[in-house]
Amino acid sequence: MFSPFHTFTTFENFGHSLQASSYRVAIQRPDDLYHAFQVAKKLGLKVVARGTGLSYNDASLNGGGLTLDLRGMNQITAWDPASGVVQCEAGVTLEQLWQRIEPDGWWLPVVSGTMKTTLGGCLATNIHGKNNLQAGVIGEHVIEFTAMLPTGALVTCTPKKNADLFYALIGGFGMLGIFTSVTLQTKRIYSGLLVVEARPVRNLREHLADLLENAPNYDYIVGWLDTFPSGQNLGRGQIHAARNLAEGEDSRAQETLQLAYQRLPDRLLGVMPKSLLHYFMQPFVNNLGWRAVNFAKYISSLRRHTFKQSHAAFHFLLDYVPSWERSFGRGGLIQYQSFLPQETAEDAWREMLRYSQRQGLPSYLGVTKRHRPDEFLLTHSVDGFSLALDFKVTDIKRAKLAHMLQEFDRIVLNAGGRFYFAKNSETNAELTRVFLGAETIAKFKKLKKRCDPNRILESDLYRRVFT
Amino acid sequence: MEAALFVEKNVSFSPASIPATPLRPRRRALILGASDGLGAELARALSSDGYSLALIARNKEKLDALCREINTNGGDAHPYAHNVTKYAEIPALLLKIVAELGGLDAALYVASVNLPPGGMDKYNFENDRQMIEVNLIGAMAWLTPIAEMFQSAKSGQIVGISSVAGDRGRVGNPAYNASKAGLTTYLEALRNRLTRHGVNVLTVKPGFMKTEMLKAAAGPTPFAIEPSFAARHIIRAMKKRKQTIYIAPIWRWIMLIIQHTPSFIFRKLSF
Repeated sequence: MFSPFHTFTTFENFGHSLQASSYRVAIQRPDDLYHAFQVAKKLGLKVVARGTGLSYNDASLNGGGLTLDLRGMNQITAWDPASGVVQCEAGVTLEQLWQRIEPDGWWLPVVSGTMKTTLGGCLATNIHGKNNLQAGVIGEHVIEFTAMLPTGALVTCTPKKNADLFYALIGGFGMLGIFTSVTLQTKRIYSGLLVVEARPVRNLREHLADLLENAPNYDYIVGWLDTFPSGQNLGRGQIHAARNLAEGEDSRAQETLQLAYQRLPDRLLGVMPKSLLHYFMQPFVNNLGWRAVNFAKYISSLRRHTFKQSHAAFHFLLDYVPSWERSFGRGGLIQYQSFLPQETAEDAWREMLRYSQRQGLPSYLGVTKRHRPDEFLLTHSVDGFSLALDFKVTDIKRAKLAHMLQEFDRIVLNAGGRFYFAKNSETNAELTRVFLGAETIAKFKKLKKRCDPNRILESDLYRRVFT
Repeated sequence: MEAALFVEKNVSFSPASIPATPLRPRRRALILGASDGLGAELARALSSDGYSLALIARNKEKLDALCREINTNGGDAHPYAHNVTKYAEIPALLLKIVAELGGLDAALYVASVNLPPGGMDKYNFENDRQMIEVNLIGAMAWLTPIAEMFQSAKSGQIVGISSVAGDRGRVGNPAYNASKAGLTTYLEALRNRLTRHGVNVLTVKPGFMKTEMLKAAAGPTPFAIEPSFAARHIIRAMKKRKQTIYIAPIWRWIMLIIQHTPSFIFRKLSF
């Protein structure tokens, strides 16, 4: 008999705040996937695919089941520098991809805040970036993909062919099939640099007005929100708006496009190894210390300025301090991101921020973005804004935090907002029905039955929001 | 990154009455020999401590009744009728249990039989074999895959209910002594293997306990304790990640004397 006991592994989310143990199966090729599905069916085990495991919540956790480790399927199978079309396996990381295409003058159409994510994971969660208004979600740049269904069938989908599966597997959280090969259209760039404008915003109204007004004029726009001040200053922060350089604008383009120019420095001020930095941050990651850090950051942001920054430095802020999430301590962190329509965002977030301050559970990082809707079945996007809030998880405040996040869910739903399954860890099936609507859920369940008749693909996330 | 795996996450778990969410998970425990006595009391106590439970015993009716009782009190207990000497069934059943619980944090081996031969001059191999098969081989059959899992996951807790009877071979019930001595040594060896992987192994040595098994005792039964008292003691020891406990605690001192009684005296005793 197949004995997996020696592969039992404790997996975590990105923030080290959630754990689940399951049997790890290394996948190198599509044949291994087929074999794993057969074994799972025979033993009655549930299966989830996992890449680098960087979701903020339980999307790739599967307590007591099989976890397929797809990091071994990491070949870039074709790259055409003339058209910018790249074909690769699902376990390829964004790091591998941009490092391959950037010297040829191309960049990824949509990226996450860290480059360590796998393309398969990015498609399954249908990630968005700071360019959501201009470029949409990553799924909109997929030309074609092949996925293996739990029945063992390989399906190839494009926006035209098997369109229903195309729009459901992307953003389907790996619950219909597992990507084996992806063909992606990348984006032309003429310089390794971006022009970045930084300016302060004094309160939430100004903050959202700036995003609304300026998002159409830039390639990328993102806001940092100081979560500590209340009253008139609530929602103050800093906007970073960036645009790509046009052809000929960068006289040193050949040089700036080289990888050596893009590499993130691994030492602070040339001395201190950044891999140690998170130990020094730890004493500040509490309500008092972080209020001071945010205050200092806001004061320094009062200076309006424009500067040039490399793509890697601008996009992959989460990689700037390696293992920074460890500075949140043993309990780790959780992120709550809500997507709200233009009209209701301000009031709802004011209520949420005040609520968290009253509870003594302020967020330590607030990030705002501008969004537009998309065509995908389980879409999280709205014509409006998103606010992502990071919360420190501590043992004594776990229950209080969970309760607060449930309260946030209520505020978001009342304001006509949406959730992103890759983020909100406390959202339950009941609230999911309200936000997705019975029709969408019925459609998804029907596809689930068709692709996965034996209900083999199930994550902790799926069991939480769909059953 | 790797080193962090050894850190024991001291997460506060939700009480049984509140539904589990990712931020408020439940611990999960497997109890072997859960239908009566100490096993049933451990199930009740772990449930009120917020554990989800898989309960294993031979007697399906008793097991179902216990699960009903726990679940009506807001707990989460699942019954699995199984005889621990059906060794071949174990891997598949363990996979099923871990899948249904969604993981495993603790395994408690409580299953035990005591079949004395009935006098100092009586011998009964059939009884002896049953005791070894349930008390010792059953424990090995279950704890082998569980130890493998916990070692690989670098977390988990194993609790074995041995006995003060394993501390010395006595005239009354040689095979019972041997089965418990074997279990104690086996658990010690597991502890030596697993502590370095972040797994805690607790050996529990009860003296007399007011259960069905007490009826097997021929002579006087000093310091006999209620199984519910023992269960509370064991859970406290689990939380402190202790290695060996005696219940009642006085047995540690009694057994110290008994273990150090010279053989030329011990041979002449009739206990």
